Amino acid sequence: MAFDSFSAFIAMEGHGPYVWACYAVFVVLVAGTMFWSAKRHQNVCQMCKRSFEQPGSSSQEKPKAPATFTRVEVSQD
Amino acid sequence: MPWLLAGGLLLLLAGVIWGLAFAPKDYLQGNSYRIIFIHVPTAFLAQSIYIMMAFAAVVTLVWRMKLADVFVKSIAPVGLMFTFLSLFTGAVWGKPTWGTWWVWDARLTSMLILLFLYGGVIALDRAINDEKSAARAVAVLVLVGVVNIPIIKYSVNWWNTLHQPATFTLTEKPSMPTEMWVPLLLSVLGLYLLFGWLACLRMKTEILLRERRTRWVKDLVLAGGK
Repeated sequence: MAFDSFSAFIAMEGHGPYVWACYAVFVVLVAGTMFWSAKRHQNVCQMCKRSFEQPGSSSQEKPKAPATFTRVEVSQD
Repeated sequence: MPWLLAGGLLLLLAGVIWGLAFAPKDYLQGNSYRIIFIHVPTAFLAQSIYIMMAFAAVVTLVWRMKLADVFVKSIAPVGLMFTFLSLFTGAVWGKPTWGTWWVWDARLTSMLILLFLYGGVIALDRAINDEKSAARAVAVLVLVGVVNIPIIKYSVNWWNTLHQPATFTLTEKPSMPTEMWVPLLLSVLGLYLLFGWLACLRMKTEILLRERRTRWVKDLVLAGGK
């Protein structure tokens, strides 16, 4: 180990606050992104499952009628 | 892809613990240099992710592959996070080393522009409702922004800057001792693997969302698959 004691490791000869602040933000952001991505994946899976299990779910609905672009005669009177 | 997650965590932890506790102190910068074990990997990924997005943008524009757009949309927030981390760790490292948190020099400013580019890509994608229009607009923005990547890379050679030159090059042996560059390499590889896992997971989520009304998703979800 490059340090004589655990307290020396934490203090890092006065550079501890800089080093540990960086590592703390790194861990929070990387772990947070991983956790949030996994959670969102789980939520999306559950949302899909719920929508398929419900009677009259979106998958069983009739597709929306396509828009029509026929000319509409409107009286100018 | 559990092996990406396990391998990434293992390599990253090994690199970081080695770098923090066992690597020797730098003769000039003291212990503040230990920030390098997260600063360099995040900076590498910030740029690599943008280059990957640029390739995917070409695929979106030329071959109109939906998967390329899914890739760009899924990894842009990850790129934003790594760019922020590289800027943050760089600023905190700068204080004890340069005596200042920030200077408007070429490397730092071009990285800040990269952060704004990632933000712009995410905002543009969310601003356009139509999936295809959003994909094309985002692809054009990504390709315009790719000019920033060589500027970041060569900024330390083209201009006088406080930032030190590249730590790793493909052609030369690193100037730092082996006990320093090996843990750094482990952290870089570990973070790349973790990014691979994150990209796969986020792409799966995005594909499920887009295809949630299809038969194959129904079969997959009801069979308990993820």
